[in-house]
Amino acid sequence: MTDLNTFRRETQAWLESNCPSAMCQPLRDEDDSVWGGRQPTFKNDEQIVWLERMVEKRWTAPEWPVEYGGGGLSKAQGKILREEMKAISARPPLMSFGIWMLGPALLKYGTAAQKKTHLPPITRGEIRWAQGYSEPNSGSDLASLSTRCEHNGDHYLINGQKIWTSFGHKGDWIFVLVRTDVEAAKHDGISLVLVDMAQPGVTTRPIKLLSGASHFCETFFDDARCELDNVVGELNQGWTVAKYLLTHEREMIGGSAIGRAAMRPLSEFVAQQVGLNEFGVLLDSVLRTDVARTEIDALAFLWTTERIADEAKAGQGIGAMSAMLKYYGTELNKRRYELMMYSAGHDALALDREDHLVRDWLRTKGNSIEGGTSEVQLNIVAKRILGLPSV
Amino acid sequence: MAMLLTDEQNMLRDAARGFLQASAPIDQLRRLRDEASSDGYDRDTWKSMAEMGWSGVLIPEDHGGVAMGHVAAGVIAEEMGRTLTASPFLSTAVMGAIAVAGYGSASQREQWLSKIADGTTNVAVAVDEDRSHSPGLVTTSAQASDRGFRISGGKSFVADGHVADLILVSARSSGGVRDENGISLFLVPRDCAGLTIERQMMVDSRNSATVQFDGVEVDFDALVGEAGAGYAVLEHVLDAGRACLAAEMLGSAQECLAQTIDYLSTRRQFDRTIGSFQALQHRAAHLFTEIEIGRSAVMRALQALDAASKDRQLIVSVAKSKVGRVAQLAAQEAIQMHGGIGMTDEFNIGFFLKRVRVAEALYGDANFHADKFARMRNY
Repeated sequence: MTDLNTFRRETQAWLESNCPSAMCQPLRDEDDSVWGGRQPTFKNDEQIVWLERMVEKRWTAPEWPVEYGGGGLSKAQGKILREEMKAISARPPLMSFGIWMLGPALLKYGTAAQKKTHLPPITRGEIRWAQGYSEPNSGSDLASLSTRCEHNGDHYLINGQKIWTSFGHKGDWIFVLVRTDVEAAKHDGISLVLVDMAQPGVTTRPIKLLSGASHFCETFFDDARCELDNVVGELNQGWTVAKYLLTHEREMIGGSAIGRAAMRPLSEFVAQQVGLNEFGVLLDSVLRTDVARTEIDALAFLWTTERIADEAKAGQGIGAMSAMLKYYGTELNKRRYELMMYSAGHDALALDREDHLVRDWLRTKGNSIEGGTSEVQLNIVAKRILGLPSV
Repeated sequence: MAMLLTDEQNMLRDAARGFLQASAPIDQLRRLRDEASSDGYDRDTWKSMAEMGWSGVLIPEDHGGVAMGHVAAGVIAEEMGRTLTASPFLSTAVMGAIAVAGYGSASQREQWLSKIADGTTNVAVAVDEDRSHSPGLVTTSAQASDRGFRISGGKSFVADGHVADLILVSARSSGGVRDENGISLFLVPRDCAGLTIERQMMVDSRNSATVQFDGVEVDFDALVGEAGAGYAVLEHVLDAGRACLAAEMLGSAQECLAQTIDYLSTRRQFDRTIGSFQALQHRAAHLFTEIEIGRSAVMRALQALDAASKDRQLIVSVAKSKVGRVAQLAAQEAIQMHGGIGMTDEFNIGFFLKRVRVAEALYGDANFHADKFARMRNY
């Protein structure tokens, strides 16, 4: 305990003297986030300084082993670091699918050489990773995927199409689910491979969404080359790795909802839009009920994420609980934005509103689709937790 | 604080579950109802609970209690929610104990705590006068008299009122009917002249009463805390009760889901187990999720009470509001997924619908606590 208290004090002091004040502000615009990569973009010098200092401190991936560029912190220390960063509203120095999704899978299933090659550049923000999972005909039924990966001398050749590749047009490398055995049952012929996107066989095309933004891409593979040692886990056993990675994706998406729940209370926003009467009660009584119920649910959800993390730490966890959190967290976030839209009235509909509320609201409709739909999460809960039978 | 039960609390849960399922299952409640029991609970069962220390769960050891705290009290209440065990636990061992141990005078503590702890004195909290919970609305009056105070007025929906040996009552010693200031609390023995207690038969077959005070004379030392400053005390007592009611409803909701899953896994229609239908799987999975969210609120509320957290009231209102709604959902979904058999009296699932409806109304329903929550959050 004393050690942790010492760690907390040291962390506070380090953050105090190293986190630029401009980096202790809530993320407002997209370019407030730093994603790194071969062609990184920075909005200002503070972003560069903050990233460099955190990379040097090895706290971009604080709980990864030191030998792979991580900070080697224990779970308890990692929690303290997150708490202390939250306490001063420190921005994450680096957003990264490499840190959130691929890294954990490589740490569990990767070879020593793969970890040595791929993890340190992730922690330094040098390589930006994209995720190649869904296909036009394989959405919720992901295991039906048909992108082919065939042996061709000293390498593999990949042919097919992926869709919903987040920031695919800005990715340097991509982790791709491919079919390596067309004869096997659908879950048994899949592998997870790592592919350098800087080659003529890989092209991307952004997809314009309802919100007008284009963060998602179609990604095409035409005789794209993949080295033989870039298969993660055993050949044809990729579904196991893919599922493990998906639990991290669910946590990430659920986690962004958690971030919002912990952020500014919904009622503050609503009160600002709608106003209070002389007794300090929200002027719209119907909206007030909805807001109160949503805030109550948001708090109880936040505590649930804490409880499940505590249970996991104590070895009492159930893996499928991430499905439950993903389901509830994303549905809650949609409710939150619906109420924000109601509260802002006509003004909410304006495309040039400074807080781009209407675009954010549109974007939330994807929360309960991406990373496994709400219905898929409910299937997982029904089968894996409640033990209800398949057809 | 980690949101986990300690080893001691886990052992208590296992012991409580074992005892209640063996000695006080739902069939006991059915028997009490069918026999029109005048007590409304089984005195031998309560005696056994007292011997296990449950009635003293919140009472200091030097007064014969085991002082295990609110989380432990919630663990017991949750298990009672699974079996729908009728007992004076909530009104006596939780609310009565908090009132006397936390705010009673030395002589009140001396007189009552050991008797609460050994299960020989039942306490009931008489607070409500209106059509729904409203602890700040007090028309019952406490006028100064030669002996101390003269109490006049009526209270309704008093849980365990007709089996109480001691009534904790809120009465107004000054101020207007809705003023928080001016409310005083008294401990009134049931044999006082002018006190009339009448049992009300409620849908849950548990104990509820109306209590009438017709110029009941009490001594100065019947006062709990300071005259006129009883509202804060009452709120603390109620919050302990609300958190444990939420725990009880959480137990009932879990049992509704468990029995529903069993039924879905055995009942066959269209040549298949109905639990294989996605329409039912999704209802069950959604209910499971809601229960897990509610569980966190209950644990947080009980921990906040143990830690005397400054956010205690807010957290308790989150728990009572959230779990109230979850429990109503659980009971209704259980009946829907059981189909026709769920509507029969012969089948036990309906007892849950009845009890969680009463527990929802007791000490503030989901709407009361959502409104209170919003006020505490300044909107």
